[in-house]
Amino acid sequence: MEVTLQDYRTQEKSWWCPGCGDFGVLAAMQKALVNLNIAPHEVAIVAGIGCSGKIGNYINSYNIHVVHGRTLPSALGVKMANRELLVIAAGGDGDGFAIGMNHFVHAVRRNINVKYIVMDNHIYGLTKGQNSPTSDTGQKVKATPHGNVESPVRPLSLALSAGATFVAQGFSSNQAQLARLIEDAIRHPGFAFVNTLSPCVTYNKINTYDFYKQTLTNLDEDPDYRSDNRGAAIAKVLEKEELVTGLIYRDPNSVPYEQAMPGFAEAPLAGRDIRLGSADFEELLEHYR
Amino acid sequence: MAQSLAWKIGGDQGEGIDSTGDVVGTVASRLGYYIYGYKHFSSRIKGGHTHYTVRLSAQPVLAPEPEVHVLVALTQETIDRNVAGLVAGGPVIADAAFKPQLPDGANAQLIEIPLTQIARAIGAPVVRNMVTVGASAALLGLPLEAFAKYVEEKFGRKGAVTVAQNVQALEQGYRFVAEHPDVKTRYALPEATPGKRYLMTGNDTLALGALGAGCRLMAAYPITPATDIMETLAGLFPKYGGAICQMEDELAAVTMVIGAGYAGARAMTATSGPGFSLMQEGIGLASVAEIPAVIVDTQRVGPSTGMPTKTEQSDLMSAVFGGHGEGERIVLTPGTAVQAFEDGYEAFNLAERYQCPVIILSDLGLAQWVQTVENLPYERLTIDRGQIVGAEETAALEAEFLRYRVTEDGISPRTLPGTPKGQYLATGVEHAQTGKVSEDPQNRAAQTEKRRRKLEPLREREGVVLADGVEGAEVAVVCFGSTIGAVDEAVADLRGRGLKVGRVQLRQAWPLPAEQLGRALGDARKVLFVEQNQTGELRGLARLQGLEDERFASLLKYDGTLLLPQEIVEQILTLVLKEEV
Repeated sequence: MEVTLQDYRTQEKSWWCPGCGDFGVLAAMQKALVNLNIAPHEVAIVAGIGCSGKIGNYINSYNIHVVHGRTLPSALGVKMANRELLVIAAGGDGDGFAIGMNHFVHAVRRNINVKYIVMDNHIYGLTKGQNSPTSDTGQKVKATPHGNVESPVRPLSLALSAGATFVAQGFSSNQAQLARLIEDAIRHPGFAFVNTLSPCVTYNKINTYDFYKQTLTNLDEDPDYRSDNRGAAIAKVLEKEELVTGLIYRDPNSVPYEQAMPGFAEAPLAGRDIRLGSADFEELLEHYR
Repeated sequence: MAQSLAWKIGGDQGEGIDSTGDVVGTVASRLGYYIYGYKHFSSRIKGGHTHYTVRLSAQPVLAPEPEVHVLVALTQETIDRNVAGLVAGGPVIADAAFKPQLPDGANAQLIEIPLTQIARAIGAPVVRNMVTVGASAALLGLPLEAFAKYVEEKFGRKGAVTVAQNVQALEQGYRFVAEHPDVKTRYALPEATPGKRYLMTGNDTLALGALGAGCRLMAAYPITPATDIMETLAGLFPKYGGAICQMEDELAAVTMVIGAGYAGARAMTATSGPGFSLMQEGIGLASVAEIPAVIVDTQRVGPSTGMPTKTEQSDLMSAVFGGHGEGERIVLTPGTAVQAFEDGYEAFNLAERYQCPVIILSDLGLAQWVQTVENLPYERLTIDRGQIVGAEETAALEAEFLRYRVTEDGISPRTLPGTPKGQYLATGVEHAQTGKVSEDPQNRAAQTEKRRRKLEPLREREGVVLADGVEGAEVAVVCFGSTIGAVDEAVADLRGRGLKVGRVQLRQAWPLPAEQLGRALGDARKVLFVEQNQTGELRGLARLQGLEDERFASLLKYDGTLLLPQEIVEQILTLVLKEEV
């Protein structure tokens, strides 16, 4: 049966501010899932805390909305339990790069088979406008009235240097490209990181739609850029101060975590006959005689 | 003739103390004796004094012996630190190589054996400890052949030379003592009947219980004294299609388990105090989103890093009430290795039936010390996956699936991801019956009451208040966790003296079976709560649930060492005497 956009919509009214970049990310995710003809019940979306974490209210898949920062370990649990599911983790820059930074680096290095879509607005929106780990140095907000003295996290170069097997960046206004990048991420066997520049129209007066339209370089349109060279990818994102969109790096030899795990069952664990018989126990106990 | 003997070996960490103790324990177990083996160790790998005591008994034992009958000392420090715990005039086996000396005034017999020299002569310095085993066999009155047979089995794969060297070491040690003209003490235990017995720790049995219940995923971060569970399952899982994920911290471990539980797997994590504190927020998520999760907290001395290698029962309150808000959970408190197996199994049934976190509150005394296990009830236990809505049912749905439907018993049937038309949102935010976020006051009350209501029947769950001999008792002892071993031994001792003493073991701390407990205490004249913590957490919990009266008293031990039966005996005698005055 053909999957339609209607299948992925819910009746919920959005809590996001009008004009929020997250609408664009949600729409691109829905389009990507429809384009790949994946049925809603085959998808599990794991969302973090923050404005972006509300995404599960608006997309009719299986959804779990977890503890702040623990999006990726929760997503790993879902995937390990049932590797037939498409598992997408979605959250904000605070969730992913502040409170959850630890998990981000470890998810990368494990190459867990989760697609991670970060709605990066460079600000804490839901707590009304504090600096986030991706906020620019100097940004003045109520909590830093004299300007942010910290340097921002560079998510793309961080992921690349930690060994990510798939790194892309989209812009929530460029729907067609973002949907395509998410489709590529879904097809990737392993951890696929799609950072999306998703402007906060209420609190971030620096990283606006106009700012990105003027500064972003689209690598997908650069015939000289090759996405299979980690070193070149790192050089490019450093050169452009991460103001790029497109597929930045993809490792064609990626082996996902669950596949690398020795002896691990391929069938969903929920459906397996899990009871051990007496003979199994007798054998196990021999070790303790 | 002694009913029970304690043999102790001490030396520096890294000197093979554990493996030597295992040999003595295993062979004695095969001979039909009941074993309880416990250690003293520190949070370091090499160096530092360590000792391992093996208690051998003709009767089941689950507690330490107050005195040691045979001390094997590999260092002078071992003698200095342990000779006071020896029975009067008891033997100390020591290596002549370090010129052992008894401290002034020590009441012991030093048996110097040239252990190192014998081992060198055999051609394998590594068999030094085996010489002490042979010598110990002679002192304990155990047959040498049983040890030789074990060595053949254990080292058979390493070749005939290794076996012969070890047997030689055993023989020489044995002969040294047997032929020694001055050895004053030779013990004898009543003859025992060998049976189908295993030597296991609570961590071992808990791991097997979980495996038996179909747990195929574990996420954990290494921590003493819980790590054995992870290591045991890491060895077994590949054969059964399971996987261990060693996470970056306990925040990740517990939320990984929650993700897996949401998706229908039986998953667990195991930790100790510091990690358990980190898990509290995740446990709250499992409560409110009604996701099955099994969390083992192997208690050690806290707070903070505390004493990582010492025992305590001070996480009871944080197991029951930890985290912000009022997150409902089930807390099980096994006391023996067999009970740890049962709870390791049953926790998964409870988690799925009641869709909530289940905490197995173990403690270091249960988790790490070996005990004789006779019957693991694996044939009696069955799997209950709770109420799961399948594809046939969802196909017939005309409206959105109501994951959090308010039901009379509070349990709302769930779908598993992958089921068509069963999609829903599970969230730590308060939610409506659909799962979608809701701040409606009436809905909030209905949902939070539903989550509480569903666990109420557990207060009358069978088998969670184990009472023995309370009717008409002078004193009834109440305990939870590994202290049951010392309690039972104390009770038997006092009954032997003609005193009417009963005991009640609590196997479930939450929901607290308060009425069952109250009924179990019956007409006992005094009630003694025995706990390894400073504030009397179980008694406090009982008080919160309406159980407290003038009969209640507490015995609290919080120095990190195992509770001794004799300490309970003394306290009870004091209580009874006070009453009589």
